[in-house]
Amino acid sequence: MNIAMLLEMAADAFGDREAVRCGSATFDYQGLQRAARGAAATLVASGCRHAALLDESSPAVPVALFAAAAAGIPFVPLSYRLADGEIGALLGRIAPAHLVTDAARAAQFSDHIGIAAVTRAAFLAPGALEPVSSLPDDGDAIAILLFTSGTTGAPKAAVLRHRHLVSYILAAVEFGAADAEEATLVAVPPYHVAGMAAVLSSVYAARRIVQLPHFDAYAWIALAAAERVTHAFVVPTMLARIADALIERPVALPALRALSYGGGKMPLAVIERAMQLLPYVAFTNAYGLTETSSTIALLDPGDHRAAFDSDDPGLRRRLSSVGRPLPGVDVEVRDAEGKPVAAGERGEFHVRGEQVAGEYLGHGSRLGADGFFPTRDAGFIDADGYLFLDGRLDDVIVRGGENLSPGEIEDVLREHAAVADCAVVGLPDEQWGEAVAAVIVLRPGATVRAEELRDFVRARLRSSRAPERIEFRVALPYTDTGKLLRRQLKAELLGDPPG
Amino acid sequence: MPRMKPGTRLRSAVCTTEVMVIQAPADDVDVRCGGTSLLDLVAQPAPGAAPAAEAAGGTLIGKRYVSAAGDLELLCTKPGAGTLALGDVALTIKGAKPLPSSD
Repeated sequence: MNIAMLLEMAADAFGDREAVRCGSATFDYQGLQRAARGAAATLVASGCRHAALLDESSPAVPVALFAAAAAGIPFVPLSYRLADGEIGALLGRIAPAHLVTDAARAAQFSDHIGIAAVTRAAFLAPGALEPVSSLPDDGDAIAILLFTSGTTGAPKAAVLRHRHLVSYILAAVEFGAADAEEATLVAVPPYHVAGMAAVLSSVYAARRIVQLPHFDAYAWIALAAAERVTHAFVVPTMLARIADALIERPVALPALRALSYGGGKMPLAVIERAMQLLPYVAFTNAYGLTETSSTIALLDPGDHRAAFDSDDPGLRRRLSSVGRPLPGVDVEVRDAEGKPVAAGERGEFHVRGEQVAGEYLGHGSRLGADGFFPTRDAGFIDADGYLFLDGRLDDVIVRGGENLSPGEIEDVLREHAAVADCAVVGLPDEQWGEAVAAVIVLRPGATVRAEELRDFVRARLRSSRAPERIEFRVALPYTDTGKLLRRQLKAELLGDPPG
Repeated sequence: MPRMKPGTRLRSAVCTTEVMVIQAPADDVDVRCGGTSLLDLVAQPAPGAAPAAEAAGGTLIGKRYVSAAGDLELLCTKPGAGTLALGDVALTIKGAKPLPSSD
């Protein structure tokens, strides 16, 4: 079992169909297969143990991913946002490695011990070696290593083996399901699990990939229109900006059929606005983690429509759900002792399935004896089986012995007409252990007093949830893939230097 | 016939069909294509071999083939002229429940 088999099948059945486009650079499936097998021969001959990529999106991403698989070594996409010192440390952990990067960094990192740095162009150029003809068949071999953001300590490398990724693709994607005119716009970076899943899913569906290396809402809309994009995946902050841009400068996107989103909590107001602006588009919320080979639960287009059209608060609430588990994936909510809780009760999501890896390099498997992976995500499952995500378990605020979910308080604050965005964190407090602090971003032109927001929360939740401290800011700190930097915000509130 | 476990790749002895095992029964079973038992992927088919007339329905790439009991499931990774079967009984194409695209 090898992920390169997915490309082999697409190249056999849809060889001359366009596989990937970035600007004017394109590959058809046969061309992608040829480039990957050629590059695999170079990797094998080099004797390196990892194939790393420190670069933005380009056709070199799918080539390097499938080349590494054909060569039988892990693919390691690194974040180009990291500082040089951090990159150097990660390279030290994967040496000897082949590194595909830009010209400046190829020069910079080529003197690192055990690192053979090459430019993207050199990597894609046809080599003199005989291409790799047969695939390694060890499903237990590592296909992808993804370094986590490392908010505490050194970054951990999440391990995704061939069997996890192939299981996910075979369960979630029908081979060759895409029509010849379908195209998916990929704007997430290659070092995000969604970027990797997009390559694998699109290749197996034979859906053309259109890459956007630097996300900007206007550039996204222009590319979607020019390339008649039918499908796309976005993180919540991207969808918010696309909706704003469409309101400011309306553009028809008649080819667009399906938008999926994930990678962070979607504010209710944003998805409602997007559904209003694009009433003919099918929306899907995809919930997943790096450690689970991407998506484990979906809120499908029918769920979105039914919730959007309903006046029933129970049904309407489903727009803020992450949906139900994929077939073959089990999700349970468990308490701190590891016991499953009743429907509607809050706890930690535990997940089990063939695609669930739950492993970090050098730390072993985090799966329990029963095969379940503790996600560290907090939330609940309602009586109909829909998952509601509160946020990370580590972000839960413990105030006077009571566990408070920041997500629950944020959801209420966002319902206030003056609030554009907000974040709730716990701060040390002598009396309560932790106190609730809220940082508010106001809508343009709106004003509101802190006391009014406190009353607003108190009227809807128990009084212990009303923020003791409220601050107003012009923006909140997010990563480029839309994750709120809660620790940074907390440090800022405590007066520590950011970091 | 080679031993089957999930991930094992096999080929037809009489046509171009190749499969990957998704699920296999615990006991050894005789899986055929075109009327002849499957071979290991790297094995060479006999020159001039062809599917038996009653087992020449063909295979489709990307389709999953299942036994009546549901305990054997194969993914066709290369198409060919033979019919996949468990013993004498043809496997059937598993209907896929389409999921919305999520990445």
